Order: sequence, then structure tokens, then C-alpha cells
Amino acid sequence: MKQMGTLAITGGRLITPDGVIEGALRCIDGCIAELGPDIAVRDSDDVIDAHGKLVSPGLVDLGVFAVDKPAFHFGGITRAALMPDQSPPLDYPSRVNYIAKSGKPDLWVHPLAAATRGLEGCELAELALMKEAGARGVATGRRWIRDSGLMLRLMQYAAMLDLVVVAHAEDEGLSRTAVATAGEIATRLGLPAAPAEAETLALARDIALAEMSGVRLHVRQVTTAAGFRLVREAKARGVRLTCGITPAHFMLSDLATADFRTFTRLSPPLRSEADRQAARDAIGEGVVDVIASGHDPRGPEDKRLPFADAEPGMAGAETLLAMTLGLVRDKVIDLEHAFALLCSNPAAILGVPAGRLEGGLEADIAIIDPDAPWIIDRRKMEATADNTPFDRQGAQGRVVRLVKGGQIIEL
Amino acid sequence: MQNPGAPVADDRFPNGRLAFPHKHLIGIAQLERHEILFLLASAERWVELNRQGAKHDDLLAGRTIINAFFENSTRTLLSFEIAGKRLGADVVNMQAATSSLKKGETLIDTAITLNAMRPDAIVIRHGSSGATQLLADKVDCPVLNAGDGSHEHPTQALLDALALREALKRRGEPADDFTGLTVTICGDILHSRVARSNLLCLQALGASVRLCAPPALMPAGIEQIGARAFTDFDQALAGADVVMMLRLQSERMAGQFIPSEREYHQLYGLTKKRLAFARDNALVMHPGPMNRGVEIDSEVADIIDRSIITQQVEMGVALRMACLDVLTRSARGVEGWA
Repeated sequence: MKQMGTLAITGGRLITPDGVIEGALRCIDGCIAELGPDIAVRDSDDVIDAHGKLVSPGLVDLGVFAVDKPAFHFGGITRAALMPDQSPPLDYPSRVNYIAKSGKPDLWVHPLAAATRGLEGCELAELALMKEAGARGVATGRRWIRDSGLMLRLMQYAAMLDLVVVAHAEDEGLSRTAVATAGEIATRLGLPAAPAEAETLALARDIALAEMSGVRLHVRQVTTAAGFRLVREAKARGVRLTCGITPAHFMLSDLATADFRTFTRLSPPLRSEADRQAARDAIGEGVVDVIASGHDPRGPEDKRLPFADAEPGMAGAETLLAMTLGLVRDKVIDLEHAFALLCSNPAAILGVPAGRLEGGLEADIAIIDPDAPWIIDRRKMEATADNTPFDRQGAQGRVVRLVKGGQIIEL
Repeated sequence: MQNPGAPVADDRFPNGRLAFPHKHLIGIAQLERHEILFLLASAERWVELNRQGAKHDDLLAGRTIINAFFENSTRTLLSFEIAGKRLGADVVNMQAATSSLKKGETLIDTAITLNAMRPDAIVIRHGSSGATQLLADKVDCPVLNAGDGSHEHPTQALLDALALREALKRRGEPADDFTGLTVTICGDILHSRVARSNLLCLQALGASVRLCAPPALMPAGIEQIGARAFTDFDQALAGADVVMMLRLQSERMAGQFIPSEREYHQLYGLTKKRLAFARDNALVMHPGPMNRGVEIDSEVADIIDRSIITQQVEMGVALRMACLDVLTRSARGVEGWA
């Protein structure tokens, strides 16, 4: 066991489960030891002065498609749940085991096991063995599972194992060839489009099956007004349902696709302006549980293509925090709510003891200047690819120091 | 007679390059009304040349035009080829079946390769919406969109406008634009780039446009673009001045969009009886190739003085000559266009 000293972070505004506290925090042996307004620093401590900045838990990014450490660290992400859509897919215990260890020590990757072999939606994968190997959930991947019977059996099995099922809500019959949401913009561009109801249909089925099976269901992205209505109602009925969103869907509408820019080709596709507003309302209201980056770096071979031929996805890890803090500035949510969406809620869904500043937990800590202005520039990104739909936009808020397990990470 | 090679001196349009300040012709969506009218006016001179015995001009002598067609085409390719040759250009055709796209080369690499051969204009047809724009961004010369996916087919809309204007003139109702006219476009609107470009072009020239299709072939948001959507063809035809039929690509339908061709013909086929719902002497148009007996009956397609389908093809060559002329003026150093 390597020797670890003690670390003290002083003069910060701590984001704690009990609200924002001005004070200090001490870590011993990689874990948070104590925190509060009147914590005394010892002579032996390494001290970081936060200079009045925010001291938050490290971000827990639920649902990324690549392990991209520099981008995650830039964005303050210390834990990421990796989607099974890898090559080869995470449908085999040894691959899950390998991935679970891949980022340590300065990034913890929580694998999401493929629900079906090869993510083909036909046969169940070895879920119990993959759980043993370190999987923190089961995901259907980029696609939904068409076969409702299989989906029910998957949920029943996952419920038995107490694994959360992470689902993608797009009905395949409606959305098979679609790359856009049906509406004026898609029609003007002549893009294959699916109605927003593709999401509603898929959600309604998965909610019904979750209700039957008692599983914990997390829909990674809900993006439409009708979708949020379904989630709201299901939660009120007591269904064990959570849902997430990525910043693209509360920052951009299908107008952003108007010049065929493939960096705005996402899955699900960008929605109407009305749906974007509904997403912001749903976040404010607490219907949305998680904001995730959906980090999916894609190089030119996937993106420098005609819109419909390009692969979906955006490199989002670096902009996740700033976009979410934008919601705080716009008074959609308050600061504590923002960090619940980024840290404690995703950690709770994955069942990992993290995402909170609390004695005894791993010292995963970000020091954040919430007002620091910067320009998002795709030429200066840390990610392995530059596919951000927010290129050249101004943003506010960035990580100034990052600590994982009590160790300072060089940014 | 005026030399057809000389640029029009016409006080209806701004001088020189201001009349048409675009480098490429990607879509009607980018064009202003006066720019459309300028292209139509420029084409009228080539209509005359094309009716002469010796149809040749040396305007583009020594220039190279590449027709890069990534999707099969007979008439559009031929029309562009003839247009280039009548202007004296060296025209080469690249067709998908013989291209390296089959060998996995990306569109961008193809663009860079074509560009390295220093063409003076590239004409592109591609099966994906937005592909022409993508390619245009990577080459130095003007690019003409000959159809990209379901997005736009601007020269088709322009030649349709030219043919319609000529027909109105012949009929003794000459007009610069189509203010007051009602045009009904019927067919597979969902997949049709011709419908999109024509909708925008006709609207820019003042016409009111009705679109008619079974629900599965009508895209969303049509009203927001300013057209009226119909599923009942008879209602869509009522009082229309022009009826434009679209080709039904039956190979794409396969029982998914419509049950059968004969049922389609029953509901949406343009028959003589049905044409009677339109205005007396309403004009009939079709971008071709026609499926006689499916979307249009022969007795309608061949009505002299009302069907202007062959005139559309004729105007196509002149209009494409005008586009090639106008877009290469800057590179040719035409006065006021440099």
C-alpha cells in the first residue's frame, strides 16, 4: 500500500449534502476525513487554498462511449460509467473486468454491461458474471431492444441482481433510418426524420415493463416534452425510474443542424425548440435526475461525411460542467441541484459510494471557479476528437484543481 | 443579332457580380428573388442559340467541367453534358459505378482528388442530403448541385420556372414572375428534392404552392414553409393554374408507403377527368422520367399546348448553360465579375 499523506483544502465553498458551507476539508489516506466551517489544518497537511472557489465532489458521468482521461479531467470528471458499445462490446466478464481497472488510479471507470450478446438485442448476456466482474449496471447500448419479451426478461433478471438497467428510448420502427426529428428543419434539409413520438413510444413500453418487473430503470436520455410527461407520471406512481439528459438537448434545438453540420448529428437527434424548453423546465422541476456528457469523441472518418452518413455523437466531457452551471446562472436550478445532477444522483444510480462530500468517502474533489469565462474551441480540446456542437461559444465555469482518491491530478 | 456570349446589360439587375454573388449553386434556399430572375434572364439567350442549326459558342473554350454523378442519372447528366459542350468546354463525366467510391474512398477524398485535376466547374449529384455543400467546401472551383439526396435540385426548379415562363409568354400572358398563380405539386413529396427546390423557387417568384401526397409521403412542417398540404388530389387541383406531377419511385415504395401502383393511380394519377378540376387550360408539368399510367396518363402527358413536359427538357439545357456561364464569370475575368 502506497504511503499517502494528508491533504487539506481551505477557504472554499463546499458543496455538501447539507448545502453550501464555507470552510475546509481534510483528506486522510485518500478518503475524506472531516469537513466543515471550523476544521483546523494540521502542520503535516498539504494545503490547497481554494480562494473562495467552489469545492465540489468529482463529477460522476453516467454513460460515456470512450475512456478519454484528459477530457474527463478537464471537465472535473473523476468517475465515468462506460457504455458497452465498445469494440468488441462489453458482453463478456473478462472485458468488463479489464475495463473496470482500466482508468485507475486517477479515473475510475464503472462498466455498464451489455444487456445482450453483441448488443444485438437477441440473447441475454452473462449479467451475473459481469456484475461479479465489476459491472455497475446493464445497458441496452445505443439502440433500444425491439423484442418486448426479451426486454421484460432482461429487466426481471436485472431486478434479481439489483442492477440498474440503462435504456435508450427510441422506437426502432419509427426511427430506423432517421437522423433528424420530423419538422420544418428536417423537411427543408431533406433528411430522413422520425417524429418525436419515437421516444414516447419506447419510453411508455419500457416504463410499463419496469413497473411489472420492479427493476430500477434509468433512461439515459429523455429529450421531448411528451417524454418528460411520461417520466413525471411514472415517478408519481412510484415506478423505480430515473432519467438523464445531455447538455446538447437543453442547449440546442434542430435549428443547429441547419447547415448540415455533422457535429450536431446526435442520437436521439436534436429536437424542436419547444422540446428544448420542456427539457429545461423538466430539469428545474426535478423530473430529470442526471446530466451526463454522453462523451463520444468521433474523428473525421466518422464526421466528415454527409449528415445522414455520419455517425452520431459529441465530445461532451469538457463542456458538461460549464453547460450545467449555465442552468444555474439562468436560474433554472440552484447550485446544490446542479451538483446533485452531476455527482450524487448518478453515483446513487450506479450504487457507488461517491458523488458527495462526506466523511469516509473517497476523496474525489473538484475545485471550480464557477464564473471563469472561456471560449469553447474545437482546436484546443483535450478530447481525442474535436466533435463539439458548441464550437466558438462562450462558456463560464471551469475546474481549477482536481483530486482523485486524495491525489492531486495535474491539469 | 446580339452576340449570345456577351453578358446581359439589363437594368433590372444589379451590375456585374452583384447580380449573382454566389460562388456555388447549392440550392434555391440561398437565392434571392432577383438572383433567380437573373439566371432565368441569362438563360433566355441560350434558348435562342439552342434553336439554331449550329449550336455552339466558345464562351467556355479551354475550360474543364467535371460531371461527378454518384447516383444514376440519364437526363440530368446528358443535359449538363450538352450544356457544357455547347459552350465549348471540355466536359468529362464521372459515374459512381466506375468511381473509386466503390473502393471505399470518402467523399472528401474524392473532392480533393477532383480538385487536384483543376476543373473550372464541378457538377455533383449525390444520394445524401448536404453532400454537395460538403464537397463544395473542399474545392476551389464553382460547384453546381445536380441533386443531393432529398434536399435540393436547384437547376430543375430553375428550368421549370423558365419553361413555365416561356409557356405563359406563348399563351399571351407574359409575366416576369408568378404572382397570382397557384401551382399544385403532387407525388412523393417526402423523398423529392425536386419538390423542395420547386416549392422555394415558385414561392420566391410569387406563386402560391399546394403540395399533395398520401400522408406517408408528405414530410412534416410543410405549412411552416408556407405551402398548403393536401391528401385529396381533387381538392388540391381545384382552380390550380399549373399541375406538376412527380415521379413515383415504385422501387422505393415496396408496400411500405403505398399499397400498390394501381391504387396510387386511382387516388393520385393525373387523368384527363381529374385535370378538369384545375383551371381551364391549366398547364401540366413533370420533371421526368414519367411512369405513364401511374402518376400521369398518356392522354394528359401528351396534350399539346397544355403539357410542357418536353419544353422543360429543352429549357434544361439553356438554363444549365446560363448557370455554367454565370458561375465561371469570376474565374474567366468577365468585366465586373472578377
